[in-house]
Amino acid sequence: MSIANLTSRRFLLVAGLLLLLLVFLATFPLYTSRSDVLVLTIILMYIILTVSWAMFSGSTGYMSLAPAAFFGVGVYTAALLFSEKWALLPLPAVIVIAGIASFVLALLVGLVTLRLKGIYFAIFTFGLVVLIRQLLVFWELQIVGKRGQHVIAVSGDTVYYVMLGILVVTLLTVYLIRRSRLGLAMQSIGGNEEAAAHMGVNTTMVKVLTFGISAIFMGAAGAIMATRWIYVDPVIAFNVFYSFMPVLMAVFGGMGQLYGPVIGAAIFAYTERALRLQSPYYYMLAFGIILILVILYLPGGLVSLVPKLQNKLAGLISKFWKGGKAEQHANT
Amino acid sequence: MRILEGRDVTKSFGGLAAVSHVDFHIDQGEIVGLIGPNGAGKTTMFNLISASFPLSSGEMEFKSQKLNGLKPHQVCKMGIARTFQQVKIFADMPVLQNVLVGAFFGTPARVSGSGAAQEASQALDFVGLSAISATPAKDLTLVNQKRVEVARALATKPELLLLDELMAGLNPTEVSEAMGLVRKIRDRGITVFMVEHVMKAIMGICERIMVLHHGEKICEGTPQEIARNKQVVEIYLGEEAHAGS
Repeated sequence: MSIANLTSRRFLLVAGLLLLLLVFLATFPLYTSRSDVLVLTIILMYIILTVSWAMFSGSTGYMSLAPAAFFGVGVYTAALLFSEKWALLPLPAVIVIAGIASFVLALLVGLVTLRLKGIYFAIFTFGLVVLIRQLLVFWELQIVGKRGQHVIAVSGDTVYYVMLGILVVTLLTVYLIRRSRLGLAMQSIGGNEEAAAHMGVNTTMVKVLTFGISAIFMGAAGAIMATRWIYVDPVIAFNVFYSFMPVLMAVFGGMGQLYGPVIGAAIFAYTERALRLQSPYYYMLAFGIILILVILYLPGGLVSLVPKLQNKLAGLISKFWKGGKAEQHANT
Repeated sequence: MRILEGRDVTKSFGGLAAVSHVDFHIDQGEIVGLIGPNGAGKTTMFNLISASFPLSSGEMEFKSQKLNGLKPHQVCKMGIARTFQQVKIFADMPVLQNVLVGAFFGTPARVSGSGAAQEASQALDFVGLSAISATPAKDLTLVNQKRVEVARALATKPELLLLDELMAGLNPTEVSEAMGLVRKIRDRGITVFMVEHVMKAIMGICERIMVLHHGEKICEGTPQEIARNKQVVEIYLGEEAHAGS
């Protein structure tokens, strides 16, 4: 069998599995409880945050702690445009505007800060989250005179389907970027930024643009979560937790492949949920231990297990296959 | 015809003038050497030409176009490519991907995927790395990593190639191979400007040599003239000769 044939068969297999998974996710609310749908909604949200974080930070090596800022901007866009007092726009428009608002913020921040290297960039982006939060607190308390905003409630299933839609768009975009010239440029920046610039890569443009693209999905996810929370205030919306979780989840899953952050976020978010319910006091401890173990023994993340498992599996199958053949011979 | 010309080129870091008031030019099709003791300002000179940082004063022209105020990626697209003294490869990427970066982004025109792939594989072929194009660059030996840098630079289709100590750290066989490679590059019509410490190489292939000392150009001429120049022998070759004995 030719290699082209094999790869196309592999492609069909992967595409088929993905389609099955999508059908499963799309029909999930039909045969499960409302609380299960909520759990899955939150898992999808973390996958969106993690995949978009890894798209930028994983490939360029610029460690951004800004996800909470972009997520929060999305939340507050919904709070202002989809408020209980005035529903200015339909939900889809609010989601799109939230994405655009985060994109614009990321472009502005990127232009100012992406010349900072390493730890300084991380600190600045972290500061951004706190800065915006405090500005909003000030605005609400001093100018509006009332803390928090009420957002129009949307059914759990709607929230779930919108989140799923955002996830599909995110994954498609990231998949295409990774395979494009832009993806190669980002990778070269992560490899050696100076060399990349001298090979003709407009490093500033590439960094600012991809930082902006990654922020779109975070903002969109924030907007739809706001309709789930109903009441939001700056502390809820700009929770630094949403900056650290994507980093942890991406490291946990492994950043070399697109599916690394997906698997990392899915498993991480699910176990976090389960651990929190079972032992509310010790779940952070258990969490920390799992993380340390992964970083110590699987520096490439969970996905680095895949090739090892594949080899083992292939070994087992060929053994089984040969065994079966021998049996056949014995029978004839 | 002058391909690169610098007038009163000066760069100071704080109070220290790394390069001061240097006038120079490179003619099309030449192989020009730049030598000088450590700290003479040779790499700074390359960094100025490739726009790693701006000039403090003076000006430079490439094919009669001003280079002042340009960014590194713009200089590259104009047709000046470079390699680095300390290799700066994309370590985790396969060799071919390294070269593809140059092929995709190094030219002013938008390159198609197949065009870039073709350009990259030709460049790899040219430096003799076709057989290991799928190997991650970090797994290569130093000499091969330097070849990756050359291939990557060639893939940007330069008219002027800046080679920063291509031969440093190579053994004698590798040095003569590298000398052959530099001649081959020039025979393709690419002008070469090289910083080098390996005297055998610089004397063997350069048509003209400039000598920097404490950031100033102290002399310039054919290899024979440089070798006979008293000042050069004193400050530079003299040291080498003592070190060698």
